This record gives sequence, structure tokens and C-alpha cells, in this order.
Amino acid sequence: MAHDHHHDHEGSELSETALRVRTLESLLVEKGYVDPDALDALIDRYENKVGPRNGAQVVARAWSDPDYLKALREDATAAIAALGFTGRQGEHMVAVENTPQTHNMVVCTLCSCYPWPVLGLPPVWYKSPPYRARAVIDPRGVLADFGVTLPETTEITVWDSTAEIRYLVIPMRPEGSRDLSEEQLAALVTRDSMIGTGLALSPAEARAKGLLQ
Amino acid sequence: MTASDTTVGAALAALPDLPRDADGPVFAEPWHAQAFAMTVSLNARGVFTWTEWAETLGAEIAAAGEAATGEDAYYTAWLAALERLLAGKGVIAEPERAEREAAWDRAARATPHGEPIELGREA
Repeated sequence: MAHDHHHDHEGSELSETALRVRTLESLLVEKGYVDPDALDALIDRYENKVGPRNGAQVVARAWSDPDYLKALREDATAAIAALGFTGRQGEHMVAVENTPQTHNMVVCTLCSCYPWPVLGLPPVWYKSPPYRARAVIDPRGVLADFGVTLPETTEITVWDSTAEIRYLVIPMRPEGSRDLSEEQLAALVTRDSMIGTGLALSPAEARAKGLLQ
Repeated sequence: MTASDTTVGAALAALPDLPRDADGPVFAEPWHAQAFAMTVSLNARGVFTWTEWAETLGAEIAAAGEAATGEDAYYTAWLAALERLLAGKGVIAEPERAEREAAWDRAARATPHGEPIELGREA
């Protein structure tokens, strides 16, 4: 029909993807597989309660408490759970420590595996094909893109996340942070520093960004 | 989702310490969050394992190709993976899914702008 135009100006129109999401959700609710209230609660949780601030607390504790660092090395999942951070995609955590000799960087070459309980949902670049491909082949080049230059003598170890194992990078404690409290230390820990594409902020950098008094 | 969008946005703006990406809220669009939450929920019920999920999503991302970058492309692959896994597990067969999608499309077109879209509404 020539006059049967696709865009009906009187009615609403959903994008194809929005239609497909509604389709799945309505069928799953009807079949009893998902509860709409539980879905909303999950979305709220990942938008508000889970995020890189959780990971920053883990790092700050590791920097200031040698016993906690030891526990983190022995069983990261348990040590992280001890601070109250548990949940999906964080069941098997491994903490990898940066030192002057070794810098650790995390990628998921297959898809986008990421430690949700400590870092929230992954940033756009983490999921992008260029990062997933280049992190393994040219980690130093990727770091340069992030504005990070390491000494030639520092080796870079790239960890490929899987559905089973998720990594949390423990960045090096910045110089000049000796007198800071644990809470102040957490302000130095950026999301990228826990993925290994950044370094922890110096106290001066954190003050300049308004993250530290 | 819609009611919380504004409150979340306001809270993010008012409280700089709240967890968020440098790019903004962790979900760019409501349907991203819905697709994400359904997947987490289904895994928690044991419908599929994270290993199965990672393999299926990885395959969809690979199929989309190098040019498919950004949040939308990512969640489009996510949605395709979810559809494929649910069909494979016998939870939602493709004919049933297609029929429901057509019903939602008809309902949307029959609903005046601004009114909630409800299934069963026909032109």
C-alpha cells in the first residue's frame, strides 16, 4: 500500500532494540524467570552502590594495613568480601600488585569480563575492539595513549580476564602520601589505576582535582 | 526506570563521590540497563553460566566486527547474545519471540505520544 507509511505520526515508535528488550522482558516475566521489581533493584545497585569507590577502599586498606595486604595476596575474594564487596562477576578475584619492576594491566580479549563488585560496570573503552586487541600486543603504546609513561626497566604484565577469574590491580602507593588517612588514600585511587591503564594520583594531583582537601 | 533516571542524574550531579564513569552514568540508555539486569537475574537463577555468557557475547561481538564500537554497538551485541542463549536453552523460542516483538511494535504505533505503551493495544 503506497500510503501505508512506516512512521505513523500519531502513534509512538520504539527503536528496534527497545522493542526487542521489551519483548524479552515481558516474556521472561510471564514465564516467571525474572521479577520486574528485582530488575529495577539490580539496576539501582549497579548505578549507585557498586563502583570504583569500592575498589579504592580495598586498595587504600592494602596500602595502610600489612595484614590486609597479606590476606589479599592469599585470597583476594575473601579479603574483598571482608570489606562487604561481593556479588556477581566477583566470585574469583585475584589482586595483582604493581612494583617498580612490574606494572600490571587488565584486559578481556574475549568480551568484557570485569570485576563488577569492586569496579562497577566497565567503561566504554574497556569494551572496545582497539583496546582488547592492542592491550596484549602493545601495552606500552596503550599506556602512552592513556598518558602513562613507565621507565624502560619496568616490565608490563597483561592479565586476560575470563568468566572465572577477575583481576584487581593494586597500584603503587604514591610518594608524599605517608601522612594520609585510609579514607584520604582512597581518594588517590582512580578506576583506571585499578585496571592498570593509569597510576594512583599524587596528593597534589588529587588536591588539584578537588578529591582531597 | 524512567522515574529513577532523573533522580539518579540529580544525585550524580550533586554528589561527586558517587560511583560513576568519567563518561557519565554507567548506562547510556535505559534499554542497556534493562538488558544488563535481565542477564544478571537469569544467571542468578541458573539459566546459564557466566562461561556460557562470555562465550556467547564474545561471539556476537566478534560477529559485529571491528567497526562496531561504542555503548550502543556493545549492548546490541549483548541483546543478540541474550536472545540466542534463551533460544538455545529453550526458554524463548524464536517464533514466540518474533510474534511478541511484532505485538509490541503494533502496540507502540497504536499508542499516542506520551502515553505508556501497553501490550495488546491495536490500531
